[in-house]
Amino acid sequence: MAAEQSVRSPQTPATASGDTRIHNIGYRSYDGPRLGRSYARLSLYSQSLRGSYGLGRSVKSKVLPMLLFVVMCVPAAIMVAVSVATKAGDLPVDYTRYAIIMQAVISLYVASQAPQSVSRDLRFKTVPLYFSRPIETSDYVRAKYAALASALFILTASPLLVLYIGALLAELDFADQTKGFAQGLVSVALLSLLFAGIGLVIASVTPRRGFGIAAVIAVLTISYGAVSTLQAIADVQGSGGSIAWIGLFSPVTLIDGVQSAFLGASSTFPGGVGPSNAEGVVYVLFSLGLIAACYGLLMRRYKKVGL
Amino acid sequence: MWQSLEESSIAPRGPRVTPRQGPPTGPYDSRGTPRRLSGLTTGVVGVTTVDDVTVIATESLSKRFPRVTALDRLSVDVGPGVTGLVGANGAGKSTLIKILLGLSPASEGRAEVLGLDVATKGPAIRERVGYMPEHDCLPPDVSATEFVVHMARMSGLPPTAARERTADTLRHVGLYEERYRPIGGYSTGMKQRVKLAQALVHDPQLVFLDEPTNGLDPVGRDEMLGLIRRIHTDFGISVLVTSHLLGELERTCDHVVVVDGGKLLRSSSTTDFTQTTTTLAVEVTDTDEHPDGTRAVREALHARGVTVEDGSGLPGAGHVLLLTARGEETYDLVRDVITELGLGLVRMEQRRHHISEVFRNSDEQRKEAVGHGG
Repeated sequence: MAAEQSVRSPQTPATASGDTRIHNIGYRSYDGPRLGRSYARLSLYSQSLRGSYGLGRSVKSKVLPMLLFVVMCVPAAIMVAVSVATKAGDLPVDYTRYAIIMQAVISLYVASQAPQSVSRDLRFKTVPLYFSRPIETSDYVRAKYAALASALFILTASPLLVLYIGALLAELDFADQTKGFAQGLVSVALLSLLFAGIGLVIASVTPRRGFGIAAVIAVLTISYGAVSTLQAIADVQGSGGSIAWIGLFSPVTLIDGVQSAFLGASSTFPGGVGPSNAEGVVYVLFSLGLIAACYGLLMRRYKKVGL
Repeated sequence: MWQSLEESSIAPRGPRVTPRQGPPTGPYDSRGTPRRLSGLTTGVVGVTTVDDVTVIATESLSKRFPRVTALDRLSVDVGPGVTGLVGANGAGKSTLIKILLGLSPASEGRAEVLGLDVATKGPAIRERVGYMPEHDCLPPDVSATEFVVHMARMSGLPPTAARERTADTLRHVGLYEERYRPIGGYSTGMKQRVKLAQALVHDPQLVFLDEPTNGLDPVGRDEMLGLIRRIHTDFGISVLVTSHLLGELERTCDHVVVVDGGKLLRSSSTTDFTQTTTTLAVEVTDTDEHPDGTRAVREALHARGVTVEDGSGLPGAGHVLLLTARGEETYDLVRDVITELGLGLVRMEQRRHHISEVFRNSDEQRKEAVGHGG
């Protein structure tokens, strides 16, 4: 203590001048533009989107998202190669079906990247720093939500693009393929919004990343497993009418229902019976409601975080 | 922003923190707009001379939570310069900063930062103000450079400017080669510097530093205090720094505001504080001529009308003399007395003060001082 005092007492200015090497260069003030809130939101969006693929982060954190991206695209490339080589009249898989087949990969991606996006900020308490900048709670939530949804869209739409380009190379019917591709894009856009919302809500209440990953996987796969099982049971017992209603309760079957009702997809439900048009409307409303609910929950969550 | 110049640019750098005074030119007139009001208006940098303006003004500001009153009708004006906000834990310091950043609405009363109302102009305030939180807030897996660039962009700086300012700012806070390494491997002192850098990177007009010396060793503490001083003297940025240690702020700040239980205890320039509250501890050697040097000094000082106490009941009792410093002359007097007696001066130092002393009577005050500073 005595040492501390003697270092400090008479020489507070000397401490500063001891650092002259630092400010020899002099402090320059900033007079350039300050782009404000919307720019800050955009910066957060682009940083989060890049982060979802490990860009701007360590090599280690690039591995998983990049690997999953490749895993998503390789089957599409193989299918294209096969259909070009065999001169088959059609692609082996519908555009709308692809994401449903690859749902495990998508779930894994959400589970790994949603916590990366929001849990880190919570765990290391970086959130208060964001809110000491011009942005508001809603900007943070929108930027994060949009970033993860975009990342998911890139993940799910890229293989569709591969399929589409391949189909055109194989000289399949242009109008037919374009329509299918467009329907596929709408479907994966909805899927991206829904999965991103669910993933972020779960991750935002689990600051520990490991728990976040486990929780997201659990919610996405367990709900799908449970719903499929119930649907299968309903199918066996001949109560086909309830299959569609059960399908409302897992994100994957929800998307499946929406696209088989409105986007010309063939349903993967047991018995191949998708929801009727009226039921389809319920599916769409339910999906949009879920997305809105996720957004609302995130807003509520971050209202509390503050400083 | 020019109408303020007529009276203020020629004003001396007078008291910067004044307890609320009479109405006519209250803190809410348009003068609360110091230099570089807008980053877009280039070429107005010269207006730094506007010194006599209010940077922060609160008017019977209260914040009540269901169970506690964090702030209780706090009215205080803070001018440019380094201002210390002192209070025990839970005194309402962080709550005040939160309100001033426009992140938490006040229960009643109003506040302005840089002439902007906190209730309505939150984003505009946060664009011109920097904030360094008390707690750890750095992700460990990115480098200081990447992190600070990102924070600069979050403050609205275009990409190129963000990178340039980051390099400058990190150098100014004293981070060199290590800034490219992940933050996870930094020492506490380095982390504090990164936190400071992110608060300064967008060249704010005012920074809020919440307990910046927390967790630092004595040397780190002194370096941080020196850095804080330079933020104002070299960078021209006003500083509001909080601490629960009055002593360390006394040397760094131009003014100190003391809050306790959400109420304003005191707001005055630091020279007032040092004059009334500095306790000096003096220890001398013994010589053949004066076998008990301590007593000799005490008697000599008594003869000159200075009350001296020994730190009885404390470590080193009988060898340490405590006296109240009334300014520079007290130091000179002690020095002269000791030279006359031909003794060696082992040490003469200021005792660190604790906030609770401010309103104690002088006897209690010194014991408290010894307790916290010894």
